[in-house]
Amino acid sequence: MIKIRKRWEIPEAEVTPEPLYRRRREFIQSAAAIGGAMLLNPLVTAQASYPVDGYRRGVVALDEELTDENDATSYNNFYEFGTGKEDPKKNATDFRTDDWTISVQGHCEKPGTYSLEDLIKPNALEERIYRLRCVERWSMVIPWIGVPLASILKPLQPTSAAKYVAFRTLHDPVRMPGQQRSVIPWPYREGLTIAEAMHPLTLMSVGMYGKTMPNQNGAPIRLVVPWKYGFKSIKSIVSIEFVEAEPRTSWNMVLPDEYGFYSNVNPEVDHPRWSQNKERRIGEIFKRETLMFNGYEEEVAGLYDDLDLRVNF
Amino acid sequence: MELSSALKSTWAKPLAHLLCLAPFAWLLWAMFNDGLGANPVEKLTHETGQWTLRLLLITLAISPLRQWTGVAAWARFRRMLGLYCYFYCCCHFSIWFIADHSLDLADMLEDVLKRPYITLGFSGFILLLPLALTSNQAMLRKLGRRWKTLHQLVYLILVLGILHFLWLVKADYLEPAIYAMVAVLLLLHRLGPLKRLSVNSLRVR
Repeated sequence: MIKIRKRWEIPEAEVTPEPLYRRRREFIQSAAAIGGAMLLNPLVTAQASYPVDGYRRGVVALDEELTDENDATSYNNFYEFGTGKEDPKKNATDFRTDDWTISVQGHCEKPGTYSLEDLIKPNALEERIYRLRCVERWSMVIPWIGVPLASILKPLQPTSAAKYVAFRTLHDPVRMPGQQRSVIPWPYREGLTIAEAMHPLTLMSVGMYGKTMPNQNGAPIRLVVPWKYGFKSIKSIVSIEFVEAEPRTSWNMVLPDEYGFYSNVNPEVDHPRWSQNKERRIGEIFKRETLMFNGYEEEVAGLYDDLDLRVNF
Repeated sequence: MELSSALKSTWAKPLAHLLCLAPFAWLLWAMFNDGLGANPVEKLTHETGQWTLRLLLITLAISPLRQWTGVAAWARFRRMLGLYCYFYCCCHFSIWFIADHSLDLADMLEDVLKRPYITLGFSGFILLLPLALTSNQAMLRKLGRRWKTLHQLVYLILVLGILHFLWLVKADYLEPAIYAMVAVLLLLHRLGPLKRLSVNSLRVR
């Protein structure tokens, strides 16, 4: 099979050689293990999210400065843990993700309940640096670790009736205290067309900044769709369903005139209440221009050739 | 009366100035000490906006306070509170004009005309200006009866400010709803029913 390299992929040779890279990780791990043992910190061993050791670095690079890790993990929209930007970090500290399972249903040959390992382990973990553009006009650049969603979905063998993929977040008001208030209908729901889900840029992520996914960023597993507004990248996923009709999505259910099913980043289509042509990159003061499809136009515009993006916002 | 003399004492006004400036001082300190979180511009905009509303509500609470406590000295603080409200509103507007519109007047006005929640907020800001300009004794004397009519604008400004806040929220209306409820109570008080209630309770005492 001939592999055609996309412009967002960097050549194999530029990636740090695996053996060398592994040794670096081993050194860090052993140092961390010694440090952890010395401190007898129970949090080190209690971390139950997916381990990300040995991921391939820089599979998708970006010539833009990374958002400060502390900013990316302390400024989050994750209403399951509160509606304030700083709430998730505060309220998700005790969130346990042990024995996480994902239910796979609908039009596919292999429905069932899968563990994270079942879905992730057959694939090599990759680091991909993507822009993240929130519908609220702020943006970040985040080094995610994960696997292409397509390589998780294909082995499940979706049938020809699978036109869309619907996702759900965990619904557990005890573990997710934000769900005790009905700010939006729970559980959180999102969806993609099958073509969007199978697109090579669409990532299922289990880590960021070289670490396991922090709770406040959607542990243990979340979607990352870099050309869509951030709310499409659903967090803490427990359900994947292959469906025939366009699935309902949470923000669309709350405010159908403001948040469409597609929600592609588009500087030319304003939110009814505010303009979308500019954004504030976290770490900067003045606003910068928002790019069509968040800068991924070349890769994804073809998905929407037959769609009027003003109608299908 | 003890409350009355406390409000009239020499340290009452300096203390009130300190209290009104405390949020500003805190924001300034936080700005230079990395204390505003990941999105400092947004934080500054939200904080100054909320302090504008809070001071507006406190200013409008002076009359009811006077009636409920039977202490006239509360009125000594009204002008000062109103001016601090305007001060925070100016900060709020400036941050937005500088950071969101890079001081581009045309760009800013386009936003004002196109976005209803900004139209409301901006109108409130503009309407506050004549109130601030005519807040001194000289203007009070000069305008006579018209001064009171002019300053009735504050009720319109309150409604504009509350709607501005409600309209920009994404889904969680709790906070603006609290402001709106306080505003409704203060307006109802002016309209009569609560006024009568408080006067009656004063009589009983």
